[in-house]
Amino acid sequence: MLKASDRIFTNLYGTHDWRLKGAEARGDWDKTKALISKGKDWIIQEISASGLRGRGGAGFPTGRKWGFMPPDDGKTPRYLVVNADESEPGTCKDRDILRFEPHKLIEGALIAAVAIGAHVGYIYIRGEFYTEANHLEEAIIEAYKAGLLGKNAAKSGWDFDLYVHRGAGAYICGEETALLESLEGRKGMPRLKPPFPAVVGLYGCPTIVNNVETLAVVPTILRRGASWFGGIGTPNNAGPKIYCLSGHVNTPCNVEEAMGIPLKELIEKYGGGVRGGWDNLLAVIPGGSSVPLIPKDVCEKVLMDFTSLAEVKSGLGTGGVIVMDKSTDIVRAIARLSKFYMHESCGQCTPCREGTGWMWRMLTRLADGIGDTKDIDVLEEVTYEIEGHTICALGDAAAWPVQGLIRHFRPELERRLKMNRIA
Amino acid sequence: MTTFKFSKENAERVKEILIYYPPDRKASAILPLFELAQRQCGGWLPKEAIEAITEMLEVSLIRGYEVATFYTMFNLQPLGKYHLQVCGTTPCMLRGSEDLKGVCKRHLGIENKETTKDGLFTLTEVECIGACANAPVVQINDDYFEDLDEKSFLKILEDLKADREVKPGSAIGRQGSAPERRRDHAKGK
Repeated sequence: MLKASDRIFTNLYGTHDWRLKGAEARGDWDKTKALISKGKDWIIQEISASGLRGRGGAGFPTGRKWGFMPPDDGKTPRYLVVNADESEPGTCKDRDILRFEPHKLIEGALIAAVAIGAHVGYIYIRGEFYTEANHLEEAIIEAYKAGLLGKNAAKSGWDFDLYVHRGAGAYICGEETALLESLEGRKGMPRLKPPFPAVVGLYGCPTIVNNVETLAVVPTILRRGASWFGGIGTPNNAGPKIYCLSGHVNTPCNVEEAMGIPLKELIEKYGGGVRGGWDNLLAVIPGGSSVPLIPKDVCEKVLMDFTSLAEVKSGLGTGGVIVMDKSTDIVRAIARLSKFYMHESCGQCTPCREGTGWMWRMLTRLADGIGDTKDIDVLEEVTYEIEGHTICALGDAAAWPVQGLIRHFRPELERRLKMNRIA
Repeated sequence: MTTFKFSKENAERVKEILIYYPPDRKASAILPLFELAQRQCGGWLPKEAIEAITEMLEVSLIRGYEVATFYTMFNLQPLGKYHLQVCGTTPCMLRGSEDLKGVCKRHLGIENKETTKDGLFTLTEVECIGACANAPVVQINDDYFEDLDEKSFLKILEDLKADREVKPGSAIGRQGSAPERRRDHAKGK
């Protein structure tokens, strides 16, 4: 269990003042200049040594990502882009950082900008987060007034301008290259990679895109040391992390806990247990809607980290835990996710554009018990035709929940077909 | 012929927004300017506004249409005074978003994408709005209403009908996304 003194987000629930004064009282902006003066190589080295992995879902090592920036030629602009387009079903952690801990993000952005050599940063925040964006804008104005942003930011000798850019309702813009397209004023359609944004990003210039939570923990890591952060969690899965508990738990909530906490402990201790008791558990989607569900017997022992969840053919993703008890119509629950992906597919790649709708229609029929057992095989085959055959990961994300359903609940699908035939 | 014009106040705001982006990358401002125009027009984005903004940003009109139709938050026709955006994605569905849609049907007589005759309410089932720990959630215009059930949602609708003030946030008095009634583990420093 994470010690109270090891919590990074001490205002996660907004019980204290989120403005600059309150943030400073909690330790933000403390000796930022001294941290920056140790130089960009030191910053990247510390972040690499801490083992911080991106908190947006993919879990890519942050220090290594920063290291991908090409050498500064002194002419080409370089950009930092903050991905605050949080839209993954089951995930609501960045929202709390944006509205209650905005200064952690702003300070983290400044430090990251120094590390990658950027003088301009954009925070791309989803348009629905209206209040959150207002808090963020207000916090940025405060930071400018206090000399923490702009020319010679925080007296570090580094100039850094940070702007808020509001999205307008598109899940796909959480994909980093779609986000860049959107930021350039186009439809959010992902780009082919490579080239990666670190080489050809915003306006064709070197760009690093980081998740909100990733950047917000950076100042604390540098202040408390890489070994402190690396000492929390399990091997290769360092640090505390914000988990979101939703669905059929007694007390849904967000909570900061160590990486690698047992899923059962997380649900029992913070979620107040499964509605109707642990034995009433049916399945859990452990990392946001894009990862396959895991049934109760797997939930019993699994740890909440990238490695352990990959071993059970699921993933940590964003840490959005969706709990489903035995009253859940599991086929309809997953069918609703397929509908989500159908709605959010940008339409660029045929397997995803056509396949997401196809999966939704098929699952809706199967939920009613209409069809043949062979249809389950066809559905599964189609998921593999989508997976890996699209420009971005939305196709994979749409396919995985369906694969998880078939993997663990095939008998339920067959039972429905049988019941319908008898009726 | 374009007939849309930003108000004096908004024209100032446009100037501020354009500072954010490199001078030769004005197109970046298309989302913020569409949003501004939509607010000025009372919650929807008329064709004239799209034309005026694309001209201002020197991008082709077709690109303006592409953007306006791609992003779900741009409303291409007028909506009711209160836009009820009921989140229907799985985390909200598990906690009763279907019931909330039922309230709209029974008490307002509207289904998805319909507007009440008095022009007060429009119902849209939206995809995940990112407040899953406080599900089910309804966004009414800009504000999130969280931890709803049929009763509390109906109360909000009745208050809006009667032009009474409504309070956004948790309907059961939760502090942010803290677990209900148990805030002990959040106090750590």
